[in-house]
Amino acid sequence: MGRFIARRLIGMVLVLFAISVIVFLIFNVIPNSDPAQRMAGKNATPQLVASINKDWGFEDPLPQQYLTTMKKIVTGELISYSNQLNVNEQISKGLPATFSLSIGAALIWMFFGVVFGYLSAIRAGGVTDRLLTVVAIVGISMPVFVLAAVFLKYLAYDTGIFPSGGYVKLTEDPLEWVYHLILPWITLAIIYVGFYSRVLRSNMLDAMSGDYVRTARAKGLSERQVMRRHVLRNSLIPIVTLFGLDFGAVVFGGAILTEAIFSLNGVGDYAYQSTINLDLPPIMAVTLFGAFFVVLFNALVDIAYAYLDPRVRLGESAQ
Amino acid sequence: MSARAPVLNVNDLRVGFVTEGGRLQAVDGVSFDLAPGEVLAIVGESGSGKSVTAQSIIGLTRSPNSRIEGSVKLHDEELLDLSEGALQKVRGARIAMVFQDPMTSLNPVYRVGDQIVEAVRAHRRTSDGDARALAIEMLDSVGIPNPELRVNSYPHELSGGQRQRAMIAMALALEPEVLIADEPTTALDVTIQAQILDLLKRLNRERNLATVLITHDLGVVAEVADRVLVMYAGRVVEQGSLDEIFYDPQHPYTWGLLGSLARIDQARTQRLPQIRGVPPSLVGLPAGCSFRPRCPHSFDRCVHMPDLAARADREAGHLDRCWLEPERKRELREVEGRIGLEEPA
Repeated sequence: MGRFIARRLIGMVLVLFAISVIVFLIFNVIPNSDPAQRMAGKNATPQLVASINKDWGFEDPLPQQYLTTMKKIVTGELISYSNQLNVNEQISKGLPATFSLSIGAALIWMFFGVVFGYLSAIRAGGVTDRLLTVVAIVGISMPVFVLAAVFLKYLAYDTGIFPSGGYVKLTEDPLEWVYHLILPWITLAIIYVGFYSRVLRSNMLDAMSGDYVRTARAKGLSERQVMRRHVLRNSLIPIVTLFGLDFGAVVFGGAILTEAIFSLNGVGDYAYQSTINLDLPPIMAVTLFGAFFVVLFNALVDIAYAYLDPRVRLGESAQ
Repeated sequence: MSARAPVLNVNDLRVGFVTEGGRLQAVDGVSFDLAPGEVLAIVGESGSGKSVTAQSIIGLTRSPNSRIEGSVKLHDEELLDLSEGALQKVRGARIAMVFQDPMTSLNPVYRVGDQIVEAVRAHRRTSDGDARALAIEMLDSVGIPNPELRVNSYPHELSGGQRQRAMIAMALALEPEVLIADEPTTALDVTIQAQILDLLKRLNRERNLATVLITHDLGVVAEVADRVLVMYAGRVVEQGSLDEIFYDPQHPYTWGLLGSLARIDQARTQRLPQIRGVPPSLVGLPAGCSFRPRCPHSFDRCVHMPDLAARADREAGHLDRCWLEPERKRELREVEGRIGLEEPA
């Protein structure tokens, strides 16, 4: 176990290093991205540009610039080029909204994905199954911006049932927190609900024809026990993998559209603004932040897997 | 025939399925009695209906697409009429089943002990600790070493033979009256097969267990069976005691099965004889005897289905489904000094 964690940690660092280098290089080859020019404004004198270049170290060799940027990310001194605000502070400010959105949505999609998938599978071919299939396919094929727009028009602007956006801190007012997040949660979760319920349904249908399920029936378990303890339990293993990857990806960037449309001012929204402004420091930091979550959840999935499926062994016993 | 009262009585069992290819009759009129302590072997090729017969006894083939008719009585209780809930009380507790592939028949994510405990607690109100103690005792009785350690093993940590032992331990934990073993040794190495058969034989004797053994392997049958049912295309084509089937087989299909056995007293110079053709599809069986298209001895009468009846003047227990005269059978089945199925010269 210890060796496994050590190996994963080294892997994480390598992945993050590679991503940071790639983002840094991409930024440096994008045309019209010279940060000194942009900071100095349209009618800047060459002297001003030169002095900015000198002050910010834009004339240093690229590896040097890269190291400086990375050092500042780690020490929390990274400053945005466009508004001179501390990047780490900006990200911290966005974290509550991003986590509220993604964790809430994740709980919703896991719960409904599993419930719908389970019901579909045990009533395969029946009316419930067909109804849920339609719901799932609509969910999967509904783009976030369309669904969000429909929600905002009919449930917020026209009827005023829900607020049209904004984030209220959980610590300030839990009810308002929920109230403001319901539409974003559903918007973000619905595609995953559809997807997860379809995957679980087909996993369960596969598992149902398994020999161990026949054994479970032959021992005299009730149909419900057979379904829950044997079919569902075994079918959830691949769902956990999916969840780890998807949750990491949602924090990474999947929530950007939802945050922007519902003005949640989270990390995703910050990434969106920074990208528009070609603002390297926040883009670097946000990318690494997201990549960190993807890699972290990948590792967590592997650990969870060992508990869910005893055939998977971590560390020494695998050799 | 056993004089004791049968524990299980199957009478004219018929199992049909609706499939995309049409309606098929997987089991067509199978009848047998099973006495305590008796081992009945059901023999046949794939698709002969032997597994479906076994699974239908405890209702595992019940589905909207299947039709199960006839009668299956455990003592005097009709199992086919039982509700699903009532049948669950029979499964595992009074009639237990062991399956072919111990690799896949145990759930890979639960410990072996927990799977036995689950079976026990499905039927008995007992504490987890007591059920666990019983699981250890059962693992010990089927010959698994270090049962108090093995009870915590996952299936993949056991060898194939040990897994099958664990399956048998689970099946017998509730002291059932009937054990149905569906190809219990097919997936195992030959040496392990012999061990498992010895175990089944021992348990059968010790516990006076009525056993239905499903197999395609006549070697296995010779080891353990008291009586044999030979099935072909969903029907019993011959039934009798072990000796009757091995030394005085009446149906050409049985001759073919016996003829294709590898024998230690014969030179391995030739390919083993085989029955020509393939087992028939159950959709659209030929009229009359189902074995007719593959039988070198078929004649005009075979277009009519023969009854399963005692045809020679012998004990009533030996039945077969072939029109040939007993005298003629004796001549025809003799191929190169042994029993076999070959083209008439």
